[in-house]
Amino acid sequence: MKSILKPLLMIAAMAMGISSVATLPAQATLELNVNKGNVEPMPIAIPDFQGGLGPQISEIVAADLKRSGLFAPIDKAAFVEKITNPDATPRFDDWKVINAQALVTGSVSKEADGRIRAQYRLWDIFGNQQLAGEQFFANDANQRRVAHIIADAIYEKITGEKGYFDTRVVFVDESGAKNARKKRLAIMDQDGANVRYLSDGRSIVLTPRFSPNRQEITYMSYESGQPKVYLLQIETGQRELVGNFPGMTFAPRFSPDGQKVIMSLLRDDGNSNIFAMDLRSRSTTRLTDSTAIDTSPSYSPDGSQIVFTSDRGGGSGRSQIYVMGADGSNPHRISFGDGVYSTPVWSPRGDLIAFTKQSGGEFQIGVMKTDGSGERILSSGFQQEGPTWAPNGRVLMFFRDSAGGPKLVSVDLTGRNEQQIPTANYASDPAWSPLLE
Amino acid sequence: MSRIAALTRNPAMIALLAALAITGCASKKTPNSAADLGLNGAGAATPGSAQDFTVNIGDRIFFDTDSSSIRADAQTTLSRQAQWLNQYRQYAIVIEGHADERGTREYNLALGARRAAATRDFLVSKGVSAGRLKTISYGKERPVAVCDDISCWSQNRRAVTTLSGAGS
Repeated sequence: MKSILKPLLMIAAMAMGISSVATLPAQATLELNVNKGNVEPMPIAIPDFQGGLGPQISEIVAADLKRSGLFAPIDKAAFVEKITNPDATPRFDDWKVINAQALVTGSVSKEADGRIRAQYRLWDIFGNQQLAGEQFFANDANQRRVAHIIADAIYEKITGEKGYFDTRVVFVDESGAKNARKKRLAIMDQDGANVRYLSDGRSIVLTPRFSPNRQEITYMSYESGQPKVYLLQIETGQRELVGNFPGMTFAPRFSPDGQKVIMSLLRDDGNSNIFAMDLRSRSTTRLTDSTAIDTSPSYSPDGSQIVFTSDRGGGSGRSQIYVMGADGSNPHRISFGDGVYSTPVWSPRGDLIAFTKQSGGEFQIGVMKTDGSGERILSSGFQQEGPTWAPNGRVLMFFRDSAGGPKLVSVDLTGRNEQQIPTANYASDPAWSPLLE
Repeated sequence: MSRIAALTRNPAMIALLAALAITGCASKKTPNSAADLGLNGAGAATPGSAQDFTVNIGDRIFFDTDSSSIRADAQTTLSRQAQWLNQYRQYAIVIEGHADERGTREYNLALGARRAAATRDFLVSKGVSAGRLKTISYGKERPVAVCDDISCWSQNRRAVTTLSGAGS
């Protein structure tokens, strides 16, 4: 297995500020309040970056920003000024007339040692000033990452929040007829590029999830005959069974410190309880002991609590969302809406829990506060499930089954910006990585 | 089981199956096996063979939505299965639990496991040795019927008793 993570480290952190060419002191006139109820996408001009690779890079930057729903890249045909020197102060008036609020100029060149050098400047058009300027060095394999890093920088400068473009998604690639589906683990960039397969499709694999260190995933596989939870080192392909339990283990997820895997274990009576396994000591701790289905556990980002699915309250088939202490203490139900709730996932910001809800013959993706209040449905459909959070806690990805098979879909917290992620085959069970390093 | 699986791949055949079930076997509400569907000349299979079990006994039972209770019709099938399994003791048995697609993946893995366990427990209560029985859940990952409505979902909510060769 060829490494894809290793070269990433070779993106030199030479994000040294490019000295501002504007004489005015930088004051943030350009900002986008993403917490307003109805965000109008900000018109932004992104002319082709200079240099042979330039246009490819700026195209990826523009696509990232557009997909976020917060930016509206302006048609290049409308541009008045033609940028020939990305380091020179632009003619702000030429950009004002096309109503650009921000302008991104940049260039990409090859260094003598073969690395590429990418630099950009972000201009505040109505403030008549440069807002940011940085340059990055990377090897050839990381061209797309450079673009995502630039897009993240622009996103952060303007919204004041961390971006999420320099990230990956693990998922289950699905092909073949519905009653004979081949399922393979796969990993790709968040925009669908650079797909790589991590399993051969001979066994059913489900529910991959990233470790906080981005190097491992935990998932469930039928490869031994009995469905079990495994760990996979992405770089080396090395696999390892998690725990030595007698029955099926499933629904795994890492703790925020990466030291534990939490999962469901099937009991002999047919019910399922939640266990945590310490990856260093290999010791396991039982966290629930109910004659019910307890599954889909997910830690709060501070590691102090666990949210999970259980049908302990309403008997068979009425699964709801519960929260308990990380030691299993004080389990209490938080979902009380009209429907069946499952797949709770705690936001990386800690403020919300995303879930799947079945109600009125539909499957909905929604969020609620951690005490269960403030439920909001972001997306409804005939069959969709399994939300995962972007690392900035502002976007969710899930999978929707329609027209023959599942596809990945992202939606932001407003519920207004829904996008299908391009994948070659059917795809399910997405899990978003933290921001790469 | 493979017979039903093969036939139901084609939606047109599902309709045909339903028609056969009504005309050929009006007394039974739920098709429990290829034999129930009137598709096979019963008795063609060698007694004690896996085909005999599938065709003449019925290898699968069905469940209500979100339930793992063994229905009355399923109890009849499982009692027949137990009798047959007690007669032909050379087989080890794996019970597969399945769910329809109207649930989320992880929950349905748990639900399939619960159905398999309920099926196992019923067979044990009818004298089948627990040592011969294993269970596995496929959740909603192995549907036999693939349309998007209740006619398929009811066929997918199932436990299938499979004979894993002359084991013990």
